[in-house]
Amino acid sequence: MGVSQLSIISLITLDPAAWDLLITSRLPRLLAILLAGAGLSIAGLVMQQISQNKFAAPSTSGTIECAMLGYMLSLLIFGDGEALWLIFLTAIIGTLAFVKLIQSIQFKNAIFVPLIGIIFGNIIESVVTFIAYKFDALQNLSNWSLANFSNILQGDFELLYIAVPCAIITYLYANQISAVGIGKSFATNLGLKYGQIVTIGVILVSIMAATVVMIVGELPFLGLIVPNIISYYQGDNLKKNLPNTALLGACVVLVCDLISRIIIFPYELPVSMFISIIGGLVFIILLLKREANDR
Amino acid sequence: MIKVENINKQYAGKLVASNINVAFEKGKVTSIIGPNGAGKSTLLSIMSRLLNKDSGNVYVDGTELEKWATNTLAKRLAVLKQSNNLNMRFTVKELIAFGRFPHSQGKLTDTDHQVIQHAIEYLDLVAIQDKYLDNLSGGQKQLAFIAMVMAQDTDYVLLDEPLNNLDIKHSLQIMKNIRRLAHEMNKAVVIVIHDINFASCYSDNIIAMKNGEIAIAGNVDQVIQASVLESVYDTPFKVVTLDNQHVCVYY
Repeated sequence: MGVSQLSIISLITLDPAAWDLLITSRLPRLLAILLAGAGLSIAGLVMQQISQNKFAAPSTSGTIECAMLGYMLSLLIFGDGEALWLIFLTAIIGTLAFVKLIQSIQFKNAIFVPLIGIIFGNIIESVVTFIAYKFDALQNLSNWSLANFSNILQGDFELLYIAVPCAIITYLYANQISAVGIGKSFATNLGLKYGQIVTIGVILVSIMAATVVMIVGELPFLGLIVPNIISYYQGDNLKKNLPNTALLGACVVLVCDLISRIIIFPYELPVSMFISIIGGLVFIILLLKREANDR
Repeated sequence: MIKVENINKQYAGKLVASNINVAFEKGKVTSIIGPNGAGKSTLLSIMSRLLNKDSGNVYVDGTELEKWATNTLAKRLAVLKQSNNLNMRFTVKELIAFGRFPHSQGKLTDTDHQVIQHAIEYLDLVAIQDKYLDNLSGGQKQLAFIAMVMAQDTDYVLLDEPLNNLDIKHSLQIMKNIRRLAHEMNKAVVIVIHDINFASCYSDNIIAMKNGEIAIAGNVDQVIQASVLESVYDTPFKVVTLDNQHVCVYY
């Protein structure tokens, strides 16, 4: 589906224009959607385990905003936003700082953690916006961070494949990450180096989340709700949940993308709008359910 | 044997462990008792590398704690604190499987499955093995964690307040199983415990601590005496002997 007609018949008859459309636009878009959805959901899952909090996710821990800061710095220092290492580095440092912060403060209620994360993210975002104003780069920034799959073509999205090795590493470390999720003394008792596992987790989360915001844009709530839905039905065994989380995350983004393309066809709305609306609703439902469970 | 020599530890200028010397043998249950803030949990945490000491040495099977690779030590010594995140949803069996991690690094072998199954049967958890921890009662949860420690199959088992928040029935069940671990499986079990009567009736040795120091360490007959406990707890005590067991009355 898209503005230009693409029929299966023209593909079967090997119409070169149709194939070109498929390879350069449709297929990249599909792959980008699937990879972004899966990557961000896995990032949320890992984040929730290492921070021992069900409401932690790249969007509630400052990861996304720190990646934006990295982008801004890269724009300022190198004249373009292409310094990947800088974006990853700021995202990793910011997320690590946040995880250390919440580990050093004992919260009476788990809901404080995402609130602090959102505040932390907002502070970073203000700094980024300030820099952007100062150097007249506000447009670059909003283009960069607003999620939209419509401008993804062949050659633009390949970096998202980084989610694949990240997912594999997550799978290999799944048991360790789960043990860390139960507690520091629990993990140490099993002979694990707690700090090391947390750092590995943060690096994985930051890279996956930063890549998605770089290529696609912000997909709010995705990393939050998908892992929670899976955990509700399947428990918290990371190894078992990983494939399902990736799958559900990819499906949610795919559906939201389809809706955003149909609703004002032949134009498109940014997919982040739908994810925000649906994600926000699911988030509130999860909150209420949790409250009910606590009583 | 675990041997603790001249351990000192300060927290914010306050000595929480001062010059502690003590040893723990296999095949025995040792209870650490004492008032709040006496340093019981601190000692347990230092012995199990969860907390760094300021000075002194801890020897596990003759080797200093810091010389042990942490994953090798995990096959000799298991520790259970009360600070676990119980929001995580794992089934009882999944939790127990974590105990095998030091042995198989997460890839469960046939032996691992046998050990896990044995722990489940030994602690009578068969009926709830596939239930999620957050749906269980406090006693069942505690038993599941003890089963995990059992599956870890270590010579030394250190438990921090295993009876915390448990009712009488579950407390009895836990203490009986702790005794079985020590006497039937020849483990050294060390527990931090507040209930003196459980300590008296189910331990072989008792260590009483006060103000970061060991007030007295010895067998049950030596420690459970009115004069000793009165000085440890600053409270009048009466010790009566019923069916060869010492019971304290302090109400």
